[in-house]
Amino acid sequence: MNPIDRNHVRVTGNPAGQPMMFAHGFGCDQNMWRLVAPVFESAYSVICFDHVGAGNSDINAYDSARYSSLDGYATDVLEICAALDLTDVIFIGHSVSSIIGALAAIREPTQFAKLVMVGPSARYIDDPAAQYIGGFSVTDIDELLASLASNYLGWSAAMAPVIIGNPDRPELGHELTESFCRTDPDIAADFAQVTFLSDNRDDLRKVTTPTLVLQCKSDVIAPVCVGEYVAEKIPNSKLVILDATGHCPHLSAPHDTAAAIAEFIGERSSN
Amino acid sequence: MVGRADAPRDDDVNSLYDNAPCGYLSTTPDGMIIKVNQTFLTWTGFTRDELVDRTFFVQLLSVGGRLYHETHYLPLLQLQGRAHEIALDIVGPDGRRLPTLVNAVLERDESSGEPRVIRAVIFDATERRRYEQDLVHAREAARVAEANARRIAETLQKTLIPPELAAIDGLDISAVYRPAGTGAEIGGDFYDLFQISADHWVLALGDVQGKGVEAAVITALARYTIRASAVEHHSPAVILQNLNAVLRVDPTERLCTALIVSLRRAADNGWHATISSGGHPLPIFNRAGHATIELGRTGSLLGFFDHGTFHDHHVDLVDGDILIAYTDGVSEARRGREFYGEARIAAHLGQRPRTAEAITRELVDDVLAFEGFNTRDDIAVVAVRVAR
Repeated sequence: MNPIDRNHVRVTGNPAGQPMMFAHGFGCDQNMWRLVAPVFESAYSVICFDHVGAGNSDINAYDSARYSSLDGYATDVLEICAALDLTDVIFIGHSVSSIIGALAAIREPTQFAKLVMVGPSARYIDDPAAQYIGGFSVTDIDELLASLASNYLGWSAAMAPVIIGNPDRPELGHELTESFCRTDPDIAADFAQVTFLSDNRDDLRKVTTPTLVLQCKSDVIAPVCVGEYVAEKIPNSKLVILDATGHCPHLSAPHDTAAAIAEFIGERSSN
Repeated sequence: MVGRADAPRDDDVNSLYDNAPCGYLSTTPDGMIIKVNQTFLTWTGFTRDELVDRTFFVQLLSVGGRLYHETHYLPLLQLQGRAHEIALDIVGPDGRRLPTLVNAVLERDESSGEPRVIRAVIFDATERRRYEQDLVHAREAARVAEANARRIAETLQKTLIPPELAAIDGLDISAVYRPAGTGAEIGGDFYDLFQISADHWVLALGDVQGKGVEAAVITALARYTIRASAVEHHSPAVILQNLNAVLRVDPTERLCTALIVSLRRAADNGWHATISSGGHPLPIFNRAGHATIELGRTGSLLGFFDHGTFHDHHVDLVDGDILIAYTDGVSEARRGREFYGEARIAAHLGQRPRTAEAITRELVDDVLAFEGFNTRDDIAVVAVRVAR
């Protein structure tokens, strides 16, 4: 299947510019980058996409075996890069997608110039034996998965636009009204499982791409110690703590987020 | 309408805010609680001092609710300006949970457009959540039941076709069966290939009317009747005559079509084939350098008449000859109002020489693509190629 259609890939910005690829995390779709990605359009070629099951992706392409691990999602990223013939990619991933980006960069290190991880976690569940704090207990994660089920049921049984348009903010564009946060509930449940049960601590040291970890000063999903752990384990990495609250600084503090990314990608590669 | 003199004609706004039959909560754009009404405090057990200017809304939520808050609720507010009917559990100071539904809007500064305040209305959803949980359990039970039904269907279906085809020296044979739709229901198509003696084989392919367990019973009956009858009778027409008689006395009154091809090795290492059809699409035959044709003559639908009419058609097969037998799931595959049709099968067969496996695989792929992968009927295809 053509990855461009499968992942509803949209390319904007400067066609001659270095590619910047934005990957949304668990929950919504590529619209999550609406306040940050456009900042880079004048100088960079900006690539946004939806994970299969989210947004306008091709839901028929969902294969529970392929997507039973984050590797399947990393394969999608590499296939999109191949289809667009991208090299020297700056990959910006939010939350679980920062790990997906890391897995892709481990497999094809030459394809990626830089990696930006927004609110990453190598493992959400605490591992007391290794003195690792992920922020959640096993019980927490079970409850979390159950809570997703009740919300999706409350919204809609089928793939349907959850939210109608917002006439108060027409500048957001009408396409937002069609797809924002549209998620297939069964796929979302699978994705949540894969996301919150993954343990990628051993992968971090294999990342050779220069990496920026962007961490909010207060985040209930990925606490500061989790971001610090990721930055500490990735050899060529840098941690920036944003003066922002929550798990989505690209929404709550878009200017600071964009500025931190701009500063990092403007730097010369240190290797 | 005339009200009583002492009845209130208005409502005090402050009292309405504090004692409304729902919780009111206002927060800064990043979630710090700045105002809360009495109803919310009464429901949850918090005091105003514990919350205002000290607590983020997200901190009142259960773990699952926190995740939802961060991945859905806030993004929706920040991008869309509103969030509707979000199910969140609020955990009180004593650990007791209050299931709620939350509607919220994000107010922006009129001149700068910067986010100013989030206003949320909180509804007690205890009863509704219980009902929803019942629904979730019911849905899960239905999913398990469906998976069981599918497994049973698949297992039963496997008994209706041979697990693998016998290897016959001098014949290259391949068969494909594909259930309709999701495969949760047992189809009526079957095929079989079995040996009568050292150089005598019988190929049977059929289609029982209907689907499901009852169709499967008749399919099994048909398959074993053909097997038993073929031991005694070498004429496919007689085998079909016997099958017809068995179906006539069976109380289920199901109809069936079948094609029998008897294959006997000839002295020159070719094969002598005898073909008979009981209401079944005729097999398509291709010989190098010749036009692709149908072989035989269609006899009576099985189980319909007390005395059906069946014909034996004889043909000598030589090296490279290809015979393809199929069920109507192939010829009657539809794209809109258009049928796949025999002509497409014949055209498919007339292509460059291939193995039987390639012929069946490519034909089935082509049929599925034609239907847009939305199969309405099950499909069985058997290809026989003479290959010395």
